[in-house]
Formats: sequence, structure tokens, C-alpha cells
Amino acid sequence: MTINIFLQQVINGISLGSLYALVAIGYTMVYGILRLINFAHGDLLMVAAYTAIYAVTLFSLPWQVSFPLVMVLTGLFGILLDRVAYKPLREAPRISLLISAIGASFLLENLAIVLIGGVPKSFPRPDVFAKVIDLWGLRVQVLTVYMPLLTMALLLGLLYIVHRTKVGKAMRAASKDFETTRLMGINLDRIIAVTFFLGSSLAAAGGMMWAMKYPQVNPFMGVIPGLKAFIAAVLGGIGNIVGAVVGGFILGLGEILIVALFPQMAQYRDAFAFTVLILVLLFRPTGIMGEPITDKT
Amino acid sequence: MGRKRWLSFVAGLCGVAFALAAPALAKDTIKIGVYLPMTGAVAAYGQMEWDGIQIANEIKPTVLGKKIELVLVDTKSDKIEAANAVSRLVEKEKVVGILGEAISGNTMAGNPISEAAKIVSVSPTATNPLVTQGKRYAFRACFIDPFQGEVAARFAVNELKAKTAAVIIDIAQDYCVGLANFFVKEFVKLGGKVVSTTYIQTGDQDFSAQLSSVQATNPDIIYAPNYYTEDALMAKQARDLGINVPILTGDGAQADELIKIGGEAVEEMYFTAHFNKEAASTELAKEYIKRFEAKKGKEADAFGALGADAYFLLVEAIEKAGSTDGDKIREAMVAIKNFPAVSGLISMQEDGNPIKSMVINKVKDGKFVYVTTVNP
Repeated sequence: MTINIFLQQVINGISLGSLYALVAIGYTMVYGILRLINFAHGDLLMVAAYTAIYAVTLFSLPWQVSFPLVMVLTGLFGILLDRVAYKPLREAPRISLLISAIGASFLLENLAIVLIGGVPKSFPRPDVFAKVIDLWGLRVQVLTVYMPLLTMALLLGLLYIVHRTKVGKAMRAASKDFETTRLMGINLDRIIAVTFFLGSSLAAAGGMMWAMKYPQVNPFMGVIPGLKAFIAAVLGGIGNIVGAVVGGFILGLGEILIVALFPQMAQYRDAFAFTVLILVLLFRPTGIMGEPITDKT
Repeated sequence: MGRKRWLSFVAGLCGVAFALAAPALAKDTIKIGVYLPMTGAVAAYGQMEWDGIQIANEIKPTVLGKKIELVLVDTKSDKIEAANAVSRLVEKEKVVGILGEAISGNTMAGNPISEAAKIVSVSPTATNPLVTQGKRYAFRACFIDPFQGEVAARFAVNELKAKTAAVIIDIAQDYCVGLANFFVKEFVKLGGKVVSTTYIQTGDQDFSAQLSSVQATNPDIIYAPNYYTEDALMAKQARDLGINVPILTGDGAQADELIKIGGEAVEEMYFTAHFNKEAASTELAKEYIKRFEAKKGKEADAFGALGADAYFLLVEAIEKAGSTDGDKIREAMVAIKNFPAVSGLISMQEDGNPIKSMVINKVKDGKFVYVTTVNP
């Protein structure tokens, strides 16, 4: 392999990794606050991608308007999801929440099939992002340059909210101890709603980026990204936002490089991700940047 | 919503589902089962074939003096669902013949069940040789992969002047693996050299790693006999990476979704195919194309045409057998010679495979255009 090809593969890996990272942030955030693995997170990607298609094609909004709009709408949809699927179960055992999350995921997928149909739709990719630039012989899609930047920008924005604002302080408090936070007079439902709003709009950003990179939108498009983001979040230390980004990049790069270095193994790239998951759970269950397990359940 | 209301809502949904699934009670009908992927990764094939079968049913709605009733089951593009679908058609619906599935892997999951029940099945488009091998009641309306792979290799060498080829195989599909093998065999025999073999998997969306390593080997063509979604995404990523060599693929490419998703990237993509409107010659084809286009408001496509042919072949066999007995239908089926079907003249062989010609198409200006016809 020449150095050029290798660099090209690294770029491919970073671009895939930043997508995983983007989705993993939202995943890990909801977990951080609620200790809930929101399996419907991946399906929010799908909801966002379809919403964006309709915003751009049906209502002919320019993408500059519709993309932020879709982030807000998906955020609100996330709050709705919480109200319907998770809020009634706040006092129930964790396992009920998990089952409810899986149920919500199936419901969203099948609802999309019934309402929209199973045939993939093409995503209206703005020309700006589709352009390809030549960097010293490396072919880089403009989207590939924007994606890590966007991931970083959203990460910084989120870190700011979590660490510098009142809401963020409440979120961190809730993640440490639900009951005491409530006793302190904090409206937990509001904090959870904000968490879902932020997490879901991040999923929307991820979904639209994903659809721009792989312009094929179908009701099951969120399944694999959702799983991979989950693995990335676990790898980085579930609940840890920076960890999720690190995990996303490691997973993306790892997947691409395994194909690049061992072309015969290409069909095992998903297996690679799951092997990583198993190894992390075996040897370092709290992930790379996770806090040590405390007695809090 | 309270818990009670939720429950009644769910109960209501179940009620609707049962009402829809309730079998029609008419006795003067002959039931033909159809199992196709109406949702999932290859849903476009299933929907096109179902369109074609419906039009064929309109053209010939009766057999043995009875009305034909079609019973459709969705396989969700999944092997296990496909097997379940056939079980249901055989045991619950008591069909006399079965049409489907659209792709080889799923048909191979469904066939053993209809075979055991001695019910004739005709797949419109499952092209892998194993689909009918060693089976008595399994048939198909399409040519098989060895022919398709060979023709693709000859076309690559003679028309595209390719000396080296990169092969990209969807390892999860029997169809793709088969086609690639037959292509490589013939291509090497004709003096070509395969410079790179890489693998993908159905549902993968990122092929940049495979394509970057293909690029390093600088092939004259890429042979990627995969399904339309993967074909389109792959072409797009290949063009983005600056790989501009011709891409050659198989009949799995011929779905409008290829062009919708692939856009400019799939221009000049070549593929071996079963049917092109421009090459259609039989009376049945003319009638079919006219009705199809009037009713569906789009151009007649290959998958629809083959769906119709599977229907016509099965109905012809039932008619000739004069009975709904599986063995008699089977005997009538293998006796079909030079049947003027929608996709051309079809002669059925003892092994369940038809003898018929093939066309080569390419994508030009966002349309599938006819390049040439190859006879067996």
C-alpha cells in the first residue's frame, strides 16, 4: 500500500468516524442523565432524514433553513418519545425502560414502512457538500471536511451547555443522584426533556450527515448507525460525552483500516465492531474515559 | 393516553390485521401464492414484480374456467421470512402454485418447502443455478448466472476492451457470489486479469475502503454484480474518489432506484439484463407494455416483465395440465416450448431452467437504454 492510499484510507476512516461520533454523543448523553440506553436513538436518524427530505422536496425550503429546522423538529420529537415511551416508566425497574426503548425502535421502523413504504428514497444532497476537492492527489469530498468540524462544533457547544449553564448543572446533578436532585426543588421532567431535545437534535444532525454521505434513506437506515454509535459510546465510556467522540473515531478508523489492510476480511467489518464491544465489556466495562463503577445503580 | 386506552388501541389494531388476513371464501377460484420482498433491502424488486404479476393477471384472469386469486405475502427481503411465507401459502392458503421470490437467496430458502409439498413454484428473477438444482417442482422465468457472468466477461473484453478487472462482491448474496465466479472464470479464459477482489455486504453503506484499494490497482473496468442500492452507493463513492473506469454489473441493477440514488454517478453503467422494451417483440409483450404503462404510469421494466412471465408460464402449465395436481402441472411445465412470453421466446428445460436470450443495457441520461441482444 502506498502512503497516498494509506492517507486516503485514513481520511475515509475519519469521515466515517465523525459520523459515528456525532450519533454516539446523543446516545451517551441520554444514558448519562437517565441511565437509559435509548435504542430508539438510531431510528431518530431515520425520522430526521425523512423529515429533511420532505422539508426540502415537498415544502421546497432551502437546505440552510430546513436542516436547522429538522434538528429542532427532531428534538421536539425526542421529547414526545420520552413522554410516550419513557416517562410513564420513570419509577419502574430499568429493564422495563430498556424494553420500552426496543419497542419504540420497532414501532418507529414499522410506522415508517406503513406510512412511507419500504423502497429507499434518495436524499437531496446540496451541491456544496457533494463537491470533491483534490488535495495533493487525495480525493476529499467537501462533506468529509465539514463533518469532523461539525462534530467538533456540536461537541463544544454541548460541553458548554453541560458545564457552564444552569440547565447543564442540573443535568449533571441528575446524573449523579435522581432523588436528591428532585428534593433540591429541581424540575426533573424539564431537565429530562431538555436532555432528550439535545440528544435528538444531535441524532438529527447525524442522520442528515449520514444521508448526505450515503444518499439512500429507508426505514431501517438507523439500525446499523445506532448499533455502531452504541458501541462507540460503550468504547468511550458510556455517559461520557468526550469519550463518545473518541470512541466514534476509533471505531470508524478501525473499520476502514481493517478493510484497507486486509481486503479479504471486508465482510467482517461489523464483526470487528462487535468484537470491540465484547472486549471492552470484558476488560474495561467502563470504557476508555468512563468513570469507575460506583454503587449507584 | 391511559393504559386502558392503549390496550383498546392495540386490540383494535389486531382486529384490523385479522380482518385483512381473513381468507376469501369463494369456491370458484384457483389460488396462486406470491411471496415477494415488498419491504426491506430489495423491496424495489418485489414491488416491480408484483406490478407485473397484477398486469398479467388482468390480461389472463382465469384458468380452467375459474378465476385466479393471487395471495401475496411480504418476505421483508429476509430468508427466514421467505421460508415462513411459503409455509403459510402451502399450509394455510392451500395454493396450487407459487410465484417468487425475487432474489436467489430467499428463493433457496422458500423452495425446499414448496418442493416437499409437491407444489410448482416459479421464481421470476432468481438467477443462481442452485435455485432449481436437484429440484423437481422449482422453476424460474429468467436465465441463470453462468450465462450472465459469461456474457458480461465477453462484453468486457470485446466491447469495453478491458484487460484488467477489479471485482467487488457482495458476500452476503448467493447471486452476487455466483455471478462474480462465472465472470472471473470466463474473463480469465479470454486472457483478462483480475487485479483485485474485494468484498462488501448487503446493507453496507460505506465502500470507501474497498474502493480506495481498488483504485490502487488501476483496473480497466470494475465488475460489481450487486443489487441496485449497493450499486448506486458504490458508483457514487467511486466517482467521488476519482475512479472513472466503466462499471459493469448484473440484472440486479435494473431498478429505477439505481438512478434515483446514483444520479450522475451511474451514467454509463453497463449491465446484463432480461428485458428491454426496445427489444420486445412478442404479441404478449406489446399487450403487456401497453397495459402496464397505461395503468402504472411508468415505463415497463424488466422485473415487472419477468413477474408477468412467471405468472404466464405457471398459468399456461396449469391450463395444459388440465388439473391443479402438482405432478401434472410439473409435467406440463417442462413441456413448454417456444412460449411467446413478455421477455421473448421461452423454452422450459427438464432442470427447471428456461432457454432464452439476454440483453445488455446501460444507463444514459438517467434512463436504461438498450445496447445489444445476446442469444444463448
